[in-house]
Amino acid sequence: MLLLIQYTLIFASVLMLVALGGCFSERSGVINIGLEGIMVMGALGGALTMRYLPDGTPEIVMVLAVVLAAALVGALYSLLLAVAAVNFNADQTIVGTAMNLLGTAAATVIIKALNTAADPNNVSATIQYVDQKKAFYFNIGSMELSWFMLIALVLLAASHIVLYKTRFGLRLMACGEHPQAADSVGINVYKMRYAGVLISGILGGLGGIVYITSGVSEWKFENGVAGFGFLALAVMIFGQWNPIRIAAAALLFGMLRALSNVYVAFDFLGNLNIPGTVYNMLPYIISLVVLIFTSRNSRAPKAEGIPYDKGSR
Amino acid sequence: MKQNNLLKNSSVQSLIASLMCIIVGLLVGYLVLLIINAEGAWEAITTIVKNFFYYPSGPAKLKYLGNTLVKTAPLLMCSLSVLFANKTGLFNIGVAGQYVVGAGACLYMALALQMPWWACLLGAIAAGALLGAVSGALKTLFNVNEVISCIMFNWISLYGVNMLLTQVKETASPYTQNLKTAAPQAMLPDMGLGTFFSNNQYVTIAIPLSVVVAVLIWILLEKTKLGYELKATGSNKHAAKYAGMKENRNIILTMAIAGGLAGMAAALLYLTGYEQWSCSQSNIPGMGFNGIAAAFLGGLHPIGSIFSSYFIQHITAGGAYVDKAVYCAQVSDFICSLIIYLCGFVLFVKSAMNRSIAKREEKAASHTKEEGGDK
Repeated sequence: MLLLIQYTLIFASVLMLVALGGCFSERSGVINIGLEGIMVMGALGGALTMRYLPDGTPEIVMVLAVVLAAALVGALYSLLLAVAAVNFNADQTIVGTAMNLLGTAAATVIIKALNTAADPNNVSATIQYVDQKKAFYFNIGSMELSWFMLIALVLLAASHIVLYKTRFGLRLMACGEHPQAADSVGINVYKMRYAGVLISGILGGLGGIVYITSGVSEWKFENGVAGFGFLALAVMIFGQWNPIRIAAAALLFGMLRALSNVYVAFDFLGNLNIPGTVYNMLPYIISLVVLIFTSRNSRAPKAEGIPYDKGSR
Repeated sequence: MKQNNLLKNSSVQSLIASLMCIIVGLLVGYLVLLIINAEGAWEAITTIVKNFFYYPSGPAKLKYLGNTLVKTAPLLMCSLSVLFANKTGLFNIGVAGQYVVGAGACLYMALALQMPWWACLLGAIAAGALLGAVSGALKTLFNVNEVISCIMFNWISLYGVNMLLTQVKETASPYTQNLKTAAPQAMLPDMGLGTFFSNNQYVTIAIPLSVVVAVLIWILLEKTKLGYELKATGSNKHAAKYAGMKENRNIILTMAIAGGLAGMAAALLYLTGYEQWSCSQSNIPGMGFNGIAAAFLGGLHPIGSIFSSYFIQHITAGGAYVDKAVYCAQVSDFICSLIIYLCGFVLFVKSAMNRSIAKREEKAASHTKEEGGDK
C-alpha cells in the first residue's frame, strides 16, 4: 500500500508538472504536442548535471543545480517550437511531432557520444546516477518522499495564481482565446506566446528529470520517456486546461500508472487476473471518454493551433 | 520571365522546399558529426548517404538495396495514409496506431489462426480502417479533435496489441514466433522478385504493390468524383456542405481509407518476416511517424511520396554503417527528425517565394509602365 502511494505521488508530480506546462502553452494559443521531446531533453540536462557534478557536492546544491539544468535545457529546447510557431507560422502539429522524435534521437546521439568518448567500449545510451539520486529523497517514517513532490506542489499553487490572479496570466489566456482582441488592447501576442511556450519548456523539462529519477537509478535514453509526455497531454485535457483540475487528473492517472507497476502486491487485484497493460491503457481510455462527453462545448482555448496573423479578422 | 513562371508552379515550389529541407537537415547532421569527432565526420556523412553502396561487391549491393526497399514499402504506405487524410484537412497522427493494430491483426491471424497471406493482409487493412473510422466518427459525432483522439488510440493500440500478440510469442523471448517456420502460408509471395536482389528472401510483392497503391491513390484523388469531394471538404467544409456534399461521411471515409493504408503498411512489413514484433516494447514503432515525414517531404503528392519514402529509408539504413566506435546509428534518426521539423516551415518558404515573385512582377510592371509614359 505504501509503495502504491509512493509511486502514485511521484508519477502524479511528473504528470502534473508536464500537464501544467502544456496548459500554459495552449492557453497562450500554441498546441504543444512536443511535450514528450521536451521531457527527454530536460531529463538529459538533469542527468548530465548529476553525472558531472563532483562527488562531494552538498545535497542542496545538487538538487538546485539539477532542477535548474533540467528547466533550462527544457526551455531552450522549447524555443524550437516557439520560433516555428510564432515567427514562422509553422504547422504546430508537425513541429511538435518532429520535436518528439528529435528529442529522443538527439539525446541518444549526445549520450552515446559522451559515453564512447569516456570509454571506447561503452556504446550504450545509459546514464547512471545511483548515488546522486539519493539527494532527492528523504524519509518520513518508512515512506520515501522526493523533494520534487514539494516542488511540484509549489509550482501548482504558483500556476494557479499566475494564470488567474495576475495581469500576465489573464493576458496570456486572452491570447489563446482571441488574439486579435488581445492585440487591439495593446497586448503583444507574439511575446505572450513565447512566454507560454517557454514556461511549458521549463515545466516539461522539470517533469522529465523527475520521471527518470523515480524508482530507477539509471536511464536508457533510447527509450525516451515511454509516452509520459502524451499521458500528460491526456491529463491536461482531462483537467480541462485548469491547474487545480489538472492536479486532480494527475493524481488519478498517476495512480493508474502506479497500479500497473505494483498491482501484484494486492491480493484482490492480483486475483482479478487483469494484466498490467490494462492499467496502462486505462488513462487513455478514460481521456477518450471524457473527450466524447466534453468536446461539444470544449473548454480548450479557442485560438489554439492557429498562427496569429495581424492582418486577419 | 519564363523562370518566374516556373517558380510559380506549386509543385516546383514543393520540390525546391523539400530539397532545402534535405540539404539543411544533412548540413546540421554533418555539423553534429563534426562536433562529436571532426576527423571521421565527412566519411560518416558520406556513409549515411551511400547506404548500400558501402558494400564493395555488386551482389551485396543489390541485396542491401533489397533490404532498403523492403522497409520503404511500409513507409510509403504510411506516408500515403498521412497525405490522404491531409487532403481532407485532417492530420492523421494516428497513422502510428493504425499501423500497430494492422501489425497485431496480421500477425495474430497468421500465427494463431494460421490463415493464408491474403487474408492476413485484408485483416490488417480492415483493422487499420476500423480504427481510423472510429477517429473520424468521434470527430463528426462528438467534435473530438482527431489529433488528440488519435494520440490516445496510438497508446491504447500499442498496449492492446502487446497483450494480443503475447499469446503467439516465442517462449524464450519477447518476440512473436518466426513467421517462416510457424506460419509459412502467411508469407507474402515473392513471385521470383528476390532473385533480382541476389536472392534476398525478404523482397516480395510488397514493394511493387506499394507503388501500385501510390498510383491508385493519385488517381483516386485527381481523377475521381470522390477524390474531388474529399479535397473540397478539406479546403472548405462549409462550402462543400453547401454544395451538397456529405462532409461527415467524407471525413469518416477519409479516416477509414487512411487507416486502411496504415494497416496495410504493417502487413507489408511483418508478413515478409523481416521483423518480429516485440511484445514488451514500450514505445510506438517509429514507422508511422516517419510516414508523416515522408508525406510532407514528398510535397503531399502520392508520386512525390515514393521518392521521399525511399530517401528517408535510404539514410536511415545508411546510419547502420557508420563507424560505431565513434558515432552511433541514431545520427540518421536525428537527421530524419530534423527534416520533419523543417517540413513545418514549407508553407512559410512557399509563401515567401510567392511574395518575392509578386514583388518582382510588380516592379517589372511599373517599370514598363514608366517606359510607356516617357514615349
